[in-house]
Amino acid sequence: MKILVPVKRVADPDNANKMKVSPDGTGVTSEGLEWKVNPFDEYAVEAALRLNEKGGSGETLGETVVVSLGPNDVQQTLRQPLAMGADKGVLIDAEDETLDSVLVAKALKAVVDKEQPDLVLMGKQAVDGDSNTAGQMLAEMLGWPMATFAMSIEAVDDGKALKVGREVDTGVLTLKLTLPAVVTVDLRIVTPQAVKNGVTPDDHAYNEGARYASLKGIMKAKKKPIDQMSLADLGVEGAPAVQYSKFELPPARSGSVTYVESVDELVQKLQTDAKVL
Amino acid sequence: MADILVVGEILEGDLRKNTLSAVAFAKEVAEATSGAFDILMVGDGADQAAETAAKYGARKVLKAQIDGGYVAEKHAATVAEAAKSGGYGIVTSAAGTTGKDLMPRVAAKLEAGVASDIASVEVNGDEIVYRRPMYAGNIFGYCTVSTDVQVVTVRQTEFEGAEEAGGASPIEAVEVASDPAADKVEFVGLEMQKSERPDLTEAEVVVSGGRALKSSENFENVLEPLVDALGAAMGASRAACDAGYVPNDLQVGQTGKVVAPKLYVAVGISGAIQHLAGMKGSKTIVAINKDKEAPIAQVADYFLVADLFDAVPEMTDAVKKAKG
Ligand SMILES: Cc1cc2nc3c(=O)[nH]c(=O)nc-3n(C[C@H](O)[C@H](O)[C@H](O)COP(=O)(O)OP(=O)(O)OC[C@H]3O[C@@H](n4cnc5c(N)ncnc54)[C@H](O)[C@@H]3O)c2cc1C
Ligand SMILES: Nc1ncnc2c1ncn2[C@@H]1O[C@H](COP(=O)(O)O)[C@@H](O)[C@H]1O
Repeated sequence: MKILVPVKRVADPDNANKMKVSPDGTGVTSEGLEWKVNPFDEYAVEAALRLNEKGGSGETLGETVVVSLGPNDVQQTLRQPLAMGADKGVLIDAEDETLDSVLVAKALKAVVDKEQPDLVLMGKQAVDGDSNTAGQMLAEMLGWPMATFAMSIEAVDDGKALKVGREVDTGVLTLKLTLPAVVTVDLRIVTPQAVKNGVTPDDHAYNEGARYASLKGIMKAKKKPIDQMSLADLGVEGAPAVQYSKFELPPARSGSVTYVESVDELVQKLQTDAKVL
Repeated sequence: MADILVVGEILEGDLRKNTLSAVAFAKEVAEATSGAFDILMVGDGADQAAETAAKYGARKVLKAQIDGGYVAEKHAATVAEAAKSGGYGIVTSAAGTTGKDLMPRVAAKLEAGVASDIASVEVNGDEIVYRRPMYAGNIFGYCTVSTDVQVVTVRQTEFEGAEEAGGASPIEAVEVASDPAADKVEFVGLEMQKSERPDLTEAEVVVSGGRALKSSENFENVLEPLVDALGAAMGASRAACDAGYVPNDLQVGQTGKVVAPKLYVAVGISGAIQHLAGMKGSKTIVAINKDKEAPIAQVADYFLVADLFDAVPEMTDAVKKAKG
């Protein structure tokens, strides 16, 4: 099938505690931090590649297109999923501060209208803004069914539908979606048996996590096409509905850590100092 | 200022408790703006859930019975129609997995922007400013939503659940609206994780285990006795869930459950940024770890440097003794 995977670049999430607020509080900077593909989007790319290949054989079954909205150097970010095996990139010029989920979803809808994928597979949330909203909005704008928090995907009905396991607060909720559809993925989508496309042998187990780009993949990616366009080209305009006026660091926790010598001392402190026992 | 519609969640045929955080938010804004708030219960069990919801001081409670398991496409149109016909300015729910799934879809129907997972709200005249955690809780952003309708999801640990108000709000049925998207999705099933222990997101004490526990047997034989001695809920790190030691719904963190108990005990958990994001709002934090440099020290109040396989059984006995 043809799968569209939106990917966002984010400041290195493993160093999110090094994010800074500008002196006047109106902006945040990630100075000194590397740009990374949003981890959930990387997982979505991995899931798309698993759906679109006969696992273990190197045989490709469908096309995987990655799309990103961001400034021009997002090209670098797009090379990673291309090196993992995606076929083509689409780059929509935009500054991060001028976007919100509504505008992202509108732009993605315009790309869907052009590219006509059978499935949009994306991260459940971008780990910079932590909104978890763009996928659901896109699904509604398209009038497509959706499954969020996907931890497993199985192609059924000759690839015309997907059975998706959703990781919800109370357990696992399973939906069956008729394609085309939007699926947003959660962490466990990259466990060894999470994606079944009906072609890959049932006993094939993938490595845990997203695949690394091979050297060959990286070389090939340099030649893969990235279509560039502007929001205006896609007919998307307007200011974000959600506007940030101020940022601040979280309040520090009061007091510093006390190292205790023994279990007895710990329990006694919890009783008499913290008064939580 | 326009009124507020709280979209309640139904769990096993009754009001799910996390709804009360959204009610608390609605009350706060309604008081500050001299507006009113209503509660809408949509889904299977709406009648009973509406009866329960009526106890919390809403101007009225709306309900629409929709049979079968929860599916966003089946509920969104009904919620959006109720929101439109009532002329609400804010539509809100708790930021559980259901609220996060449903509300952006409703927002798109209402052409509204979404402030998700907010931690607090401030009303300045006509302007409503939402404060929300970003970057795994390492930055707080203050935002406004400029669309006519504002959709808001509320972080349960930051809004203490509303108390019963005495009396009962009048209950009205609203119409179920159809949605073509609903025909393209089918609810197959819900595998519920049941536990006799307190709910992770509501417990006063949480004991979480990490990769260092090494197996589900160790969770059961080493950690669970401590969990039960403390009358706690059990949580886990992503590594422990991924390894299959415990079910996934026990994961605490940026992308799991957010907890803020009186006491949080992290056993054999290093304290990765994504884990801290889900528990650093806890009042007292205890770490039990072999490595005194583990990043969990950044947020811990008490740190016991020890092998958990010695310390945890010892602590279980000590807690039992202390509690008499
Ligand atoms: C997109 C994304 C989202 C994520 N979301 C989450 C999330 O929501 N929640 C989450 O938890 N993680 C999340 N993670 C994973 C996170 O980055 C860490 O990998 C994970 O939290 C590590 O789990 P851990 O602390 O159990 O394991 P480790 O980091 O391996 O730590 C084990 C700890 O146990 C200690 N130890 C070992 N043996 C003993 C012993 N015998 N006695 C005492 N101590 C011992 C070690 O010193 C170490 O500190 C996410 C990651 C990504 C990429
Ligand atoms: N600037 C962007 N470019 C491409 N995809 C995006 C962008 N912003 C958000 N997305 C997609 O939308 C998902 C949810 O993002 P959010 O609603 O911002 O948490 C992400 O995981 C991405 O797949």
